[in-house]
Amino acid sequence: MDAVSHFIHALPLDLLIIQTVNGIVAGMILALVASGLTLIFGIMDVVNFAHGELFMLGAYIGVIIVAATGSFWLALIGAALIVALIGAALQIATLRPLIGRDPLNTILATFGVSLVLQNLVLWWFGPTARRIPEPLGASFTLFYLQYPWYRILIAALSAVIIGSFWLFLKYGKFGIWIRATAQDRVMAQAMGIPVPLVYTGVFAIGAAMAAASGVLFAPLVGVSHTMGLDWVLKAFIVVVVGGMGNLGGSIAAAIFISLLESYATIWVDPSQAVIVSFVVLILTLLFRPTGLFVATPK
Amino acid sequence: MTSVPLDKVSPLGKMRLSHTTVFWIGFCAVMALLIAAPLVLPEFWRRFLTEILIWGLLAMSSDLLIGYTGMISFGHSAFFGLGMYGAAGALIAFGPPNLWLAMLFGLAGAAGAALFVAFFSTRLRDIYFAITTLIFSQIFYVIIFTWTPVTGGENGLIFSRPHLWIPLLYDARFTSTTMHWFVLAVVTGSYLVLRRVTQSPFGMVLQSIRENEARTRAIGYAVERYKMVSVMLSGLFAGLAGVLYAIQNQFAAPDFVYFLTSGDTVIFNVMGGIGTLVGPIVGAGFFQLMRDLLSRMLGDQFPYLIPLGVIFIVMIIFLPQGILGFARRWLNK
Repeated sequence: MDAVSHFIHALPLDLLIIQTVNGIVAGMILALVASGLTLIFGIMDVVNFAHGELFMLGAYIGVIIVAATGSFWLALIGAALIVALIGAALQIATLRPLIGRDPLNTILATFGVSLVLQNLVLWWFGPTARRIPEPLGASFTLFYLQYPWYRILIAALSAVIIGSFWLFLKYGKFGIWIRATAQDRVMAQAMGIPVPLVYTGVFAIGAAMAAASGVLFAPLVGVSHTMGLDWVLKAFIVVVVGGMGNLGGSIAAAIFISLLESYATIWVDPSQAVIVSFVVLILTLLFRPTGLFVATPK
Repeated sequence: MTSVPLDKVSPLGKMRLSHTTVFWIGFCAVMALLIAAPLVLPEFWRRFLTEILIWGLLAMSSDLLIGYTGMISFGHSAFFGLGMYGAAGALIAFGPPNLWLAMLFGLAGAAGAALFVAFFSTRLRDIYFAITTLIFSQIFYVIIFTWTPVTGGENGLIFSRPHLWIPLLYDARFTSTTMHWFVLAVVTGSYLVLRRVTQSPFGMVLQSIRENEARTRAIGYAVERYKMVSVMLSGLFAGLAGVLYAIQNQFAAPDFVYFLTSGDTVIFNVMGGIGTLVGPIVGAGFFQLMRDLLSRMLGDQFPYLIPLGVIFIVMIIFLPQGILGFARRWLNK
């Protein structure tokens, strides 16, 4: 008991609180990326390897729009719309011909798409990282840190986007089409729902969400052509831990994993903190292979 | 008039060759070409061909999973990399560097990684298997990348090449020609072993898992155990490719453990034709040739993966069987 209480007293409380805030901010962005991924998976049975590249593409388009107009908010909306269009085009060109084939083909196709996108961006923009300035300079005092309000704003905005998306799924006409298609593709088609259009729309929405999170996240780190790789891996972990195709589970898993990772960085190097999420994944696969936040299937 | 079976009408009559004969004649012809190649090719192309064979071995090892067991592995970079670092460890730690010790250590490393991956990921199917193998390979990548005192971290390891040493028979420095023959011998041996494995009763069970897992289980096969063995076998051969690559290039770098290497492996498979064993080697050759051609035509700065990625996507849509897909049945007979 003595050792335990000693450990608890030795915990740096201020650091813990700072890392909790950091973890929630990172978790909300991750949730935004992962909810697009899980939406695409849940409805189309497509594991979108190119999701990280759509995130990266969003950040780059944000860089261009900020450079041209100087407005961050215009960049956020513009990037989401443009990447939605790109996503729709990609879906029509590469995924639509694969409908009805083994779903493994779609992993390969989206992997190809991700290679092409990544190298196109490398070719156009070069290997140097770009920056988007923070739209909000203000900060507040958190212990000994000047904590930027912008980070809090990111978390709030991500929550708003996810929330409005959920409302759209629940009450919007297209949202109801999406849910119907997810439940029973054949029946939905029989009821007159244009399933191919739903597929393209879902991919576009997922792409827009990835792009929005790319723009939101860009001020915190540089924008580079490899920034998508880390995110797509993390998003995969989140989606598996949360239960594939389960929106609520993904959001919970995103915050859970980000919190664990940011606590781990108190003790270890950030590049090693990733191992924590890997361990969570392994434990999930061992004991709850359908996902941590899903009711055990009977 | 009695009907004559069609093949008896052929002017060759009884000269008609059986499938086995044709197969082995073709095999010997290709082998003869590959053995003679380093004698006529200039240095650059000699090394190029050797590397194609090494990448081909890596791709062939993953074909056992993709083409025969029906599981797409996105984690072969882990086995390849562990083979590479295992060989590097043996070559650095023990002097004078010994070829067979390097191979032993490399295979042990790859087997360890394969055991780990096989144990956890074979519980899962399809997409889940692909994602978990990918994430496992990233675990090894992070460990190798951050454990600088042992693995050299970002810089990797540099070491000297062992002698080509066959106990009591031969002991000399590797030249690019003997290196090629050595790699060719290992790759050919691996091909013959893998071909034997896929045609054995064990291989038949793997193929039946690919076709219908539930039914295979219902017949009474311990599907998980078969999958585990096939992942481990595949990992061993991938590790062998890593050892060869380490000996050929005298360095080990964390980049090879990164999952893009696994992606390349899958691309070689799809381009060449899965489920054929030789197809992935052809795919690796096609990929490397295109890459070289493209960077000659468009300059070194041009990212060759743009056109190659487009070719890859087009092939998935229109030619999912790959270059050798048309011969799949024949090659497996």
